[in-house]
Amino acid sequence: MAVKTIANAQVEVTEDGYLEDMNQWNEDIAKEIAKELGIELTEKHFEVINYLREKTKAGEGLTIRKVGKSGVVDIKELYKLFPKGPLKFSSKIAGIPKPTSCV
Amino acid sequence: MENREKKPLEKVCMICAKGSLEDVYATLVMANGAVMEGIETKVFFTFFGLDGITKKTMNHLHTATTGNPAMRMPGGLPFPTMLGGLPGVETAVSSMMRKQMEELDMPPVDEFLEMITAGGGEIFACKLAVDMFKLKKEDLSDEVSDIITIGQFYEMCDGDRTQIIFT
Repeated sequence: MAVKTIANAQVEVTEDGYLEDMNQWNEDIAKEIAKELGIELTEKHFEVINYLREKTKAGEGLTIRKVGKSGVVDIKELYKLFPKGPLKFSSKIAGIPKPTSCV
Repeated sequence: MENREKKPLEKVCMICAKGSLEDVYATLVMANGAVMEGIETKVFFTFFGLDGITKKTMNHLHTATTGNPAMRMPGGLPFPTMLGGLPGVETAVSSMMRKQMEELDMPPVDEFLEMITAGGGEIFACKLAVDMFKLKKEDLSDEVSDIITIGQFYEMCDGDRTQIIFT
């Protein structure tokens, strides 16, 4: 575990840069992590991020299929919003743990 | 010092030549996983693997209940080979397996193919096998981008960070 300064906040991150505690997250942190990944966050991104955080808070596991069926985005859009890492990058930006599902 | 520079995979090319439930799903899970990791992905279906992209068969794939030593009864007891040969058993076992996979959020084959292409993965059918089984383009899933020869497929597998996986 390491402490990293993201958007002027001290947060604990894993080796891969995922937040250890999703409660340390805020929108500025999201924007900065996104920037590192080359993503400019829009309103639509935040809709996805909020959905991911809600589901994680409820203790539900996430799969790309579930997000695709959420009514928030379909899978194609999800790839467009988070190129090359629809679930990994979105999770990282949302401040939730690295996805553990294979689908 | 030892050079430990990481060289991540850039492209995976998969060949699926078998049409059982587990063979096709192994291919689809690996292909979709690669797409999700941002790896360029191409999948080539040939021989009985074509069942996995043929509209009529793709959502009704079977797992073999005979000649499959890993097959177990629910609860873990060995599955008697004689039982596996009875009419209807393979169908029932296969549909049970599909149901269990669905519970883990593994989609039916048609939807799985859509997920792969939605992320930019490409699906191909083998020309030789398509001719052999007397199939036409319209018999195949709409997600199949083309019917090609193995030579054309190899041409797509260029690049020094490319892996070819045969399932």
